[in-house]
Amino acid sequence: MRSLWRTTEPTLLRDVALICLADALVGAAFGATAVAGGLSWWVPVAMSLLVFAGGSQIAAVGVVLAGGSPLAAVAAGAVLNTRLLPYGLAVADVVGPTNVDGPAGVDGPAGSPGGHWWTRLVGAHVVTDESVAFALRQADPARRRAAFWTCGVALFAAWNVAVVLGVLAGSVIKNTNAFGLDATFPAVLIALAVPALADLRTRTAAGTGAAIAVALTPVLPAGLPVLAALGGLATAWRPGRAWRPGRLRTAPRRDNTVLASSPASTPAPSQTDEPIGERRCR
Amino acid sequence: MPLIAIVALAGITYGFRLVGPLCRDRVTLPPAAQRLFTDAATVLLIALAATSALTAGHGFAGWARPAGVLVAAILAARRAPFPVIVLAAACVTALLRLAGLP
Repeated sequence: MRSLWRTTEPTLLRDVALICLADALVGAAFGATAVAGGLSWWVPVAMSLLVFAGGSQIAAVGVVLAGGSPLAAVAAGAVLNTRLLPYGLAVADVVGPTNVDGPAGVDGPAGSPGGHWWTRLVGAHVVTDESVAFALRQADPARRRAAFWTCGVALFAAWNVAVVLGVLAGSVIKNTNAFGLDATFPAVLIALAVPALADLRTRTAAGTGAAIAVALTPVLPAGLPVLAALGGLATAWRPGRAWRPGRLRTAPRRDNTVLASSPASTPAPSQTDEPIGERRCR
Repeated sequence: MPLIAIVALAGITYGFRLVGPLCRDRVTLPPAAQRLFTDAATVLLIALAATSALTAGHGFAGWARPAGVLVAAILAARRAPFPVIVLAAACVTALLRLAGLP
């Protein structure tokens, strides 16, 4: 662990702290809104520990609070989390044991996370938008490993502590709406989606989906309108069409939510002609 | 929300996370699939944002919440820092309610 610390730069620590602060705000709002909406205290707490994916937690609780079935909540959360699959592929080299990556020493001495097979199991749980984005911003493997683990572990701690604090606040303050906390959910979801919306076809699909969902809300049982929004994909999905490699973006883009915003976050990478996956999937 | 639903979502989520680290040499996602995943997640995020901003139950949520979310969306599009986006949404909505808007 000490070797990991030494490869961690002060600027990285500062950026990670900022992201943790931002996510803590969201986590607190999540916890408060969930209990104020009538859920038991352990629901947001258990979700944060076990699911540990903010967007899907907010989505699932949102569906349930709107009166939707748990099945619809799980479905919405699961679809949101499909993005973790390409994320996991993108950072596989820093999540797994060091010896898989090449000659010993390349990734730092044994003793840093990654020395044991079970670190994969632990590391996989802290694959998030933020930890992946931080990892992919680093050039060499040792720093990528340090960035991934620093961000992932810090975020896990910050998120869970914040959710507990939010739950406590929410059970004291009954009327969280007076503080506008109900507006934080949609705000977070939009902030998460913004980087992907740079693409016109994605934007069209998202706009169509949103229109479908809002239009169906008065008539369908809660939870279903959001799933029906996936119909908006039809506007973007043309299987017969050849993909032009130069224009394609790989799924875990670097700018994809380093929360859109951390002061140090790099500008959105230009859509270069770089072949898919070469940069990150070796 | 029953525990089984939380455990199910947790299991599915962990499964997605684990595929890469466990089988990175065997799995490569076709670009089309990657793209579909990203698009699907984005469509869901925006649809959820729209419905949770505009509706409560089967009806309209009132003006204060959509107004706060609109301000947040503008800030997000301008790449404002994340804490600013979250606080702006809450503050605008809270102030409008304080002013008597539903």
